[in-house]
Amino acid sequence: MATPWKPLKGYEMVIGLEVHVELKTKTKIFCSCKTDFGAPPNTQCCPVCMGFPGTLPVLNRQVVHYAALAGLATGCTIARYSKQDRKNYFYPDLPKAYQISQYDLPLCVDGHLMIETPEGEKRIGITRIHIEEDAGKLIHDPEQGTLIDCNRCGVPLIEIVSEPDIRTPQEAVAYLQKLRAVIAYTGISDCKMNEGSLRCDVNLSIHKPGQPFGTRTEMKNLNSFQSVQRAIEEEYRRQVEAVERGETIVQETRRFDQQTGKTSAMRRKENANDYRYFPDPDLAPIVTGEDTLDTWRKELPVLPDQRKARYMADYGLTAYAAKQLVSEKALAEYFEAACESTAAPKTLANLMLTEVFRLLPPESAAIPVAPAHLGRLADMVEQGDISAGVAKRAVAALWERDQDPDAWVEAAGLRQLSDPELLRSYAERAMAEHPDLVAGYYKGKANLAKALMGAAMGMSGGKANPALLQHLMDEALEKGRK
Amino acid sequence: MEKLTEMTLTQTREALVRGRVSARELTQAWLDAIEAREGDIGAFITRCPDRALAEAAAVDDARVRGEELPPLAGIPMAVKDNICVQGLPTTCASKMLENFTPPYDATAYEKLRWCPLLGKTNLDEFAMGSTTENSAFHITRNPRDTSRVPGGSSGGSAACVAAGEAPFALGSDTGGSIRQPAAFCGVVGMKPTYGAVSRYGLVAFASSLDQIGPMTRTVADNALVLDALAGYDRRDSTSVKRGYTPMGREMHAGVKGLRIGLPKEFFGKGLAPAVKKQVMRAARLLEKEGATVEEVSIPSLDYALPAYYVISSAEASSNLARFDGVRYGRRTAEYRDLEELYLKSRSEGFGPEVKRRILLGTYALSAGYFDAYYKKALQVRTLVIRDLEQVLNRCDALLGPVAPTTAYKLGEKTSSPLEMYLGDIYTVPVNIAGIPALSLPCGTDEAGLPVGAQLMGKVFSEPLLYRIGAVLERAAGYVRKEAE
Repeated sequence: MATPWKPLKGYEMVIGLEVHVELKTKTKIFCSCKTDFGAPPNTQCCPVCMGFPGTLPVLNRQVVHYAALAGLATGCTIARYSKQDRKNYFYPDLPKAYQISQYDLPLCVDGHLMIETPEGEKRIGITRIHIEEDAGKLIHDPEQGTLIDCNRCGVPLIEIVSEPDIRTPQEAVAYLQKLRAVIAYTGISDCKMNEGSLRCDVNLSIHKPGQPFGTRTEMKNLNSFQSVQRAIEEEYRRQVEAVERGETIVQETRRFDQQTGKTSAMRRKENANDYRYFPDPDLAPIVTGEDTLDTWRKELPVLPDQRKARYMADYGLTAYAAKQLVSEKALAEYFEAACESTAAPKTLANLMLTEVFRLLPPESAAIPVAPAHLGRLADMVEQGDISAGVAKRAVAALWERDQDPDAWVEAAGLRQLSDPELLRSYAERAMAEHPDLVAGYYKGKANLAKALMGAAMGMSGGKANPALLQHLMDEALEKGRK
Repeated sequence: MEKLTEMTLTQTREALVRGRVSARELTQAWLDAIEAREGDIGAFITRCPDRALAEAAAVDDARVRGEELPPLAGIPMAVKDNICVQGLPTTCASKMLENFTPPYDATAYEKLRWCPLLGKTNLDEFAMGSTTENSAFHITRNPRDTSRVPGGSSGGSAACVAAGEAPFALGSDTGGSIRQPAAFCGVVGMKPTYGAVSRYGLVAFASSLDQIGPMTRTVADNALVLDALAGYDRRDSTSVKRGYTPMGREMHAGVKGLRIGLPKEFFGKGLAPAVKKQVMRAARLLEKEGATVEEVSIPSLDYALPAYYVISSAEASSNLARFDGVRYGRRTAEYRDLEELYLKSRSEGFGPEVKRRILLGTYALSAGYFDAYYKKALQVRTLVIRDLEQVLNRCDALLGPVAPTTAYKLGEKTSSPLEMYLGDIYTVPVNIAGIPALSLPCGTDEAGLPVGAQLMGKVFSEPLLYRIGAVLERAAGYVRKEAE
C-alpha cells in the first residue's frame, strides 16, 4: 500500500465490500458432515448436503452462535427474530438448486468498524451479516470432463455486507484487514484467504463529488489483499476512462484476472437470475433470547483496538508497533504471554516486529519458540548480556530448535563481556598498541577513536558490550590527554 | 378365526401375539390377496414379496426369542411411492425418478419397520393430482367400481386398502391427497396435524403443507397406526416435540356434549346432492348420539383454494428444482451443454401436471409478481388460520364433505385441470391451517359409491376426531363390504 491513491480527473470512487467467511464449526450448517479443508473429494458429504429427495436441513446451533459473535464483535444489533430463505438458481455445484441463505431478516444488522486513514480514523458501516450455506466445487478435468466435489456443500458461511462508505483502495484494504483481524479474534473462522475461508466481493462505482453515485459493477471472489487493491485500482481506471469516452457503465459482474491485472465482464445483471427468494418452509425462524445473547457477549474476546490501546498505555509501545502486534490474535496472545517473563516489553516488541515477523510464513501465526524464551532474550538484550546481532541469531536458532536461550548463548560463547575492569584493560591495550592513532586523535582527528574501538573490540573476540566499551574507551582517551 | 385378510388390526395383532397365526402366514395371505386383485386394480408400482416374507420371518423369530415387539409388528403394510425406503426404488410415479433408489429410510417407514413391506403404491406424479391418472407408469382403478378413479394422489394406497390387498397403507396429504382417495374408495384416512409425523424421507411437494398419514379400513385401525407414526424427529425441524398424544380409552367415550360445527361454505353450490345428503345424515346421527350440531361460517374459505395453489406450486417449483439430471434420476441421453442437459432432462422427466405447477410456482415467486401472488397467498393463509381458530374455539370439531362428488369415471376430468383443482375445495383449508382432519365413509350415493365425511379439529385434536369418527362409523352402519 506504498503509493497513495490519487483521483483521476476528479472522480471519486464509491466502494462497498461483501465478505464471505467460512465458519470453523465442527460440522456443516444443516447436517453432521465434517468441514475439514482439503479432504479427498466427496468424502465429507451425505444425502442431506447432497440434496437427495426427501432429506431435510436441520440448523446447526453453533452457526447462529458464531455468526452472532461476528455481529457482536462488529457492533451489530443481533436480531431477536430472523429467518432463512431459499435463493433459487440452477448450477451443478448447488445440489438442491437453491441456496439456503437469509434475505430480508438477517441475523445481524447495523454494525461498523473503525479503520485508520491518512486523515485519521474513519467509520465504515456494516449493513448486515447473514448466515448461509456454501456450494460445492466444480473440478474441470481434461479427460473426465467436469466433476463435482460436494465436500464444501453446506459448509457454513457468513456474509458481511459493508455500507458504500469506502473511498480508496487503501481504505478497502484497511477495512478488510481490520475485519479479518476482528473475526479471527473471535475464533469463529480461520480467515485464510488462500484457502478460501475468507473471500471478498467488491462493488464499485464512480462519480464526481456532489453528484449522485454512478452505476456499480461487482467483482467476485478476490482472494488476497493485493488482488482487492489491484482490482479496485484497475476497475476504477476502467470506469473513469469509459465515462470520459462518453460510455455508460452497465451493472454487471466482472472477473479480475490476476495474471493480466484486467477486469472483464462475466454476466450482465439484466440477464442474471431472478433468485425468487422465499422463506424456507423446512426451517423454523431463528429466535434468539436475551439470556443467550448475554452469554455470547461474555464470550467475546478482548478485541484488537482494545489491546492496542493497552499496549500503548502499559508498555509504552508506539501506535505502529502496537497495531502490528494486535493484527493477529495469536500474535497478540504470544506477545502477552512473553511479556509475563520479561521486564523489557519494548525490547520484546522490537524483537517480534523484526526477527519473529521476518521468520513467520505468510498467513501464519505459529511461532515455534516458547514465549518465555523470547521474553528472556529481550531481558538479555536489555541487560547488555547479548547484542542485538546475537539476539537475531538466537531467535533464528531457537526457531530451528527451541531451547533455553541462556544455554544457547553460553554454548555459542556469545554472552557479551560487561566486566568494566576487563574492558578497560582492552581499551588501554588498544591505546598502547596504536600510539599513532592516539596521537592523531589528540590532534583533532576524532574519528580515529572508532579505529581504536575496533581494535579493543577485536581483543574481546567481538563479545564486549559495545556501549560499555565505548564509554571506557572515551574515559581512557580523556585520561591519556592529560 | 376370521379370514386373515378380513380382521381389523387389533384382531390381527391379537392373533399374532397369541400365536394363532405367524407373521409369515399372515403376510403370505396378503400376498395371495394382492396376486388375486392387483391385475384389476393396479395399486402398486413396486411389489416386494420376498422382502415382505423375509421381514415377516424376522418378526416371527424375534417373537420366538421373546423380544418385546411394537404393537403392529408382523402386520404387513403398503407405502406410497413418494416415501423413501432404503433398497427399493422411490419413483414418485415419475420418469424422473424411475431408477432412483434412496440410500436411506423415511422416518415414518423406520417407525414401522417391523411391518413387512408388501410394496410401494401408485400416486399422481410427485403427489400432484386427484385421480392417480398422472402417474407416469399406469393408472389405478377404484375397487368399488373399476371404471372409476380411486382419487389421488394417494390413489394406490387407498385402492389397495379398499381392495383388500393390504391391511393398511401410508399416504401423504398436501391438499387432500389422503382424505379424497379415502372418500372415493370408502376407507378411513387421517391427515395429521402439521408437525405430528416426521417428513424426513417424504419426497417434498409443498414442504409447509405435506404430512404423512395412515389409510385403513376402520377408525380404530387408523388410530393404532398414527400412534406408531407420530412423534418428534430431530431430522425434521418442523416436527413438534410435545404435541401428539396417543389414542387411549377415550376412543369409545362417545360424543355426548360435544359441539360439532357445519361450515356453511362446505355445503354451497357445486356439492353433489347425494354427498350433501349423506353428510347431513352423519350430522343428524351425531346429534342423535348426544352432540350439538350447529351451522358455522368460515368467510375466508373461498380464498383458501387459490391461496393453496399459489403456495403449494411456489414451494413445489423450488422443491423440484433439484431434479436436474446432474446427480441422480433421469439424465437426457444427449446434450451439447449444461443448459441443454437441464432443459432436456427436465422436459423428458416431468409429466404435464408437474410442469404446470412448476411454471405456476415459478411465476408466483418471480420478481414483480411475488407481492401479488405469493405474499398475498400467505396473507390469505393467515386469515384462514384465524377464521378456523375462531370457529374451533366455539366448536369441538367441524363436519363437512371431503369432496364435492363421489368417484368419477377414469378420463372424465383429465382434460380440465381447473375443474380438477376445484375438487380440492374442502380439503385444502385443513392443510393451509395445519390442523388434523379425518376422512371416513358415511354412506353411498345412488350408484353405490362411497361418500366421505370429513371431521376437522384443532391442532393435535386427533384423539377427539377418532372418538367422533368411531361413533359415526358405528352409527352410520357403513361397514366395509368384505367384513360383512
